[in-house]
Amino acid sequence: MNASSRQNLVIFIMLGIFAIFVLRLFYVQVIDDSYSLRADQNAIRKVTIYPARGILYDRNKERVVVNRPIYDMMVIPRQLEKDMDTLSFCRLLKIDKETFIARLTKAKNHSRFKPSLFQTQISVEEFAAIQERLHEFSGFYPEARTVRSYPYSSSAHVLGYIGEVNQRQIDKSEGYYLQGDYIGIGGIELAYESDLRGKRGVKYQYVDVHNRIVGSYKEGSFDSMAVSGEDLLLSLDIDLQNYAESLMVNKKGSVVAIEPSTGEILAFVSAPYYDPNLLVGSIRGKNYRVLANDPSKPMFNRPLQAQYPPGSIFKPVQALIGQQMGLISPETRFPCNGGYRMGSHTVKCTHVHDRLNLEESIQLSCNPYYCWAFKTMIDNNPGKSSPEGYVIWREHIAAFNIGLKTGIDIPNEVRGILPSVDYYNKIHGKKWYANNIISLAIGQGELGITPLQMANVMAIIANRGWYYRPHLVKQIGDGKGATVKAAFKEKINVGIDDKYFDVVLDGMQKVVDAGTARAYGKIDSIVVLGKTGTAQNPHGQDHAVFVCFAPRENPKIAIAVVVENAGYGGVWAAPIASLMIEKYIKGGTNRTALEKRLLEAVIP
Amino acid sequence: MQRQEKTIFQYIDKISILFYFLLTFIGWIAIYSAVYNEEYKSIFDLSQNYGKQLLWMGCSYLLLVIILALDFRIFEGISPFVYVTTLILGAGVLVFGREVNGAKAWFEIGSFRLQPAEFMKLGTVMMVAYYLSNTDAAISKLKAKVVVGLLLLLPVGLIILQHDTGSALVYASFIFVLYREGLSVNYLVFGGLSILVVVMTLLLNEWTVAISIALLGAIYVALSRKKRKALWKTLAVVVPAILVVISVNYAFENILEEHQRQRINVLLGKVEDFKGAGYNVHQSLIAIGSGGFFGKGFLQGTQTKFDFVPEQSTDFIFCTIGEEYGFLGSVLVLVLYAALLIRILNLAERQNTRFGRVYGYGVASIIFFHVFVNIGMAIGLLPVIGIPLPFISYGGSSMFSFTILFGILIRLDSGRKLVLR
Repeated sequence: MNASSRQNLVIFIMLGIFAIFVLRLFYVQVIDDSYSLRADQNAIRKVTIYPARGILYDRNKERVVVNRPIYDMMVIPRQLEKDMDTLSFCRLLKIDKETFIARLTKAKNHSRFKPSLFQTQISVEEFAAIQERLHEFSGFYPEARTVRSYPYSSSAHVLGYIGEVNQRQIDKSEGYYLQGDYIGIGGIELAYESDLRGKRGVKYQYVDVHNRIVGSYKEGSFDSMAVSGEDLLLSLDIDLQNYAESLMVNKKGSVVAIEPSTGEILAFVSAPYYDPNLLVGSIRGKNYRVLANDPSKPMFNRPLQAQYPPGSIFKPVQALIGQQMGLISPETRFPCNGGYRMGSHTVKCTHVHDRLNLEESIQLSCNPYYCWAFKTMIDNNPGKSSPEGYVIWREHIAAFNIGLKTGIDIPNEVRGILPSVDYYNKIHGKKWYANNIISLAIGQGELGITPLQMANVMAIIANRGWYYRPHLVKQIGDGKGATVKAAFKEKINVGIDDKYFDVVLDGMQKVVDAGTARAYGKIDSIVVLGKTGTAQNPHGQDHAVFVCFAPRENPKIAIAVVVENAGYGGVWAAPIASLMIEKYIKGGTNRTALEKRLLEAVIP
Repeated sequence: MQRQEKTIFQYIDKISILFYFLLTFIGWIAIYSAVYNEEYKSIFDLSQNYGKQLLWMGCSYLLLVIILALDFRIFEGISPFVYVTTLILGAGVLVFGREVNGAKAWFEIGSFRLQPAEFMKLGTVMMVAYYLSNTDAAISKLKAKVVVGLLLLLPVGLIILQHDTGSALVYASFIFVLYREGLSVNYLVFGGLSILVVVMTLLLNEWTVAISIALLGAIYVALSRKKRKALWKTLAVVVPAILVVISVNYAFENILEEHQRQRINVLLGKVEDFKGAGYNVHQSLIAIGSGGFFGKGFLQGTQTKFDFVPEQSTDFIFCTIGEEYGFLGSVLVLVLYAALLIRILNLAERQNTRFGRVYGYGVASIIFFHVFVNIGMAIGLLPVIGIPLPFISYGGSSMFSFTILFGILIRLDSGRKLVLR
């Protein structure tokens, strides 16, 4: 080989290798675009900016639910140093070494390069101590979040609570929720989730190899601001609510107060209740188990979910329907005789009265009167068979929203019980009469009504025949866009003429002034109209019920009180309602002895 | 005197000088990007690597001028002295040196570090050229091979003792020099095939490779017309090849150090370790790959700017170029090197002395090998071997040694007309 060909071979080898490099570069840089993606994953961190969840105010603009800052500790496993002082880190976070290892393993399994949640819900106070030394532990960084806080520690059953989304919710949300997001789990928080949650913002930041933020990506042109959730104005009067809760302490039962003119719920108590602050942050899981296992069922939302036979509070409704059907007039009298006899069975009355008229029948809560009245409505409806009569009667009852969901704006409401005609047809065949179902006459038997429905019935009577669906949120958002759900703007008429109300209201006024609730229901200077009731309890002492409203003209508040196992309605339920009316209308009471007795009473 | 000065500068090869300046300038800009720091924005800031590199560049240019001003005749004469001096430095560093990243290869004088290995290349090239030009022995003769082999083994041995494998491998590039001086082409072929066989063995099962080689040999013999002659020829190739195959795994497991094994395994795709041994290469590939066709632009590289690639300003400087200037910029750098290398080889060929020619080939071979290993590593074709990219990587020692290496050739070339044939 001559010199020049040797030179050429050397050049050929060198250029050949460079050519391979060019091909390789072409493949890596031009054809395979996965590297760009990985460079971005390396250097660009997507930081979620969590919107502030909407705040809840009561009707007087008192803050009932607020946001409290907490911190989540995040970890990027790759950035942990090999000689990290694990022990002092564990001490700092107050965890043991096994927990540390378990969490780190979980994070590593998720990704070595991407952040994982290491410890959630560190309070501001705890975090202050951690922050001082956090720089010693590379790979760990905090993320600020907020949790709910309840300054009044009340209204748990109304407000509900929030918690982290589960996988099913993430899948269902079509991309809205991400791991670690909060979602409303009960009450208002759940029902108004889409209003409260707001819109997440996102910020793209450049980070260097140590995960330090070194600048914003493309001058923030891809960033979006977080939009805060809508604030809610609740219909609750938090003072009245707290007062009602204190009156229900050591008792079981419900209190629901409604403003009749609007359907707005002023107080909503389910006793026993719990402090909503128990279900916040890292303590939620533990406390939830305790509450869920409590035999007194504090998590049970009685006003929505407990159904009782309406008992005597059914009588004013019967009186109105009987008149509307044209079968009973104020001067219709039926015998008492201490009981309504049908063969071997007798519906007893508490007293033996003379033949009462309609007004007196309500005042004195005469059972036989209503048995006769019911028989009249079912059996003696001209031209109608008894089942046909029942259908007509039932429609009237249903118009009072008994046996139907009221449509309140928190979830898990039950319907109550109001049997259909088919139900009785099945039991009694085609031919049956009022006496077959006579328990209904006095609100017993196959009837179930929730405390919320009871209060709503009172609101209907207070309004003389119409109502707005009871609801807890007066206003969504503030300023111009403020709104309320459309369902709560519709005025609903129950189909009872105004003229039929006077006699019923007279009777109800006398219940308080001179009847079954006179002892504890009466308030000087405020006209209270009410009706006591006793819901039969096959498991023990009967439940005391009292429903009422006040004042008679331009009624401001309608209340239903149920105290379980408290016996006769006038003794325990009536004074609670009465004290609440006084509190709401007058701002307080001077019946301190009565108040004290209630605050201290223990009714298991 | 006046006339001679003029002559010298007239005969300086301006083309290769231009390539040299372009490459050092590209290096300076790339280093600025690689270690860019918001607080020290000035590219002249001497507290930062880019400022220092500018200082090294200035010193190098001065060095170049000094070399060009020297009498070109002295270089051949001082070659043995340079060789011995650099060897003494290389031995001295084993005793007085400072250990950095596991390699005891640096002298530390104040805040400056000197790496003798960089200068041993220069000494060795000069010495080999000196030996070949002052002996009648053709390289095809055994004696010349043994002497050249020893001249190479001395620095290689010292460098291996310094745990600087990368720099030791550079001496393999002398095969081009020796080939040009008459070494049989079979050595090149044998070298290339050995590499192929080693790689195949590491990738596949050693017995698979051995049997395949034997089979290929058998087929060759079967197809040959002169079977007896073919058999001997084949056996002469196949038997050593199989011996290589069998020894590869032994060498791999017992001679290489753990981190070297890891690097090779990563390269061969046998282990996927983006955090440990594979981290550098993985990040380097991401940097270069994310550059795309046109690159992200000056100072826009996220991989290099935010320190995802380690050793960016030295061994992985090519990442910065790949990321910020893309395929276009990367190819431009390769083209510049290719042009420089071809130019140097042409300069070497036109030398009137054997010393000049051997020296020129030595310069080209060393520069080529550095580029080959450095860029090959950055784009994931070669295992991680830490040697600098000539004229571009940050560092005074490599800048000076390459400048001297290059400068002497230019000086020899500019004076060639004065040498009597």
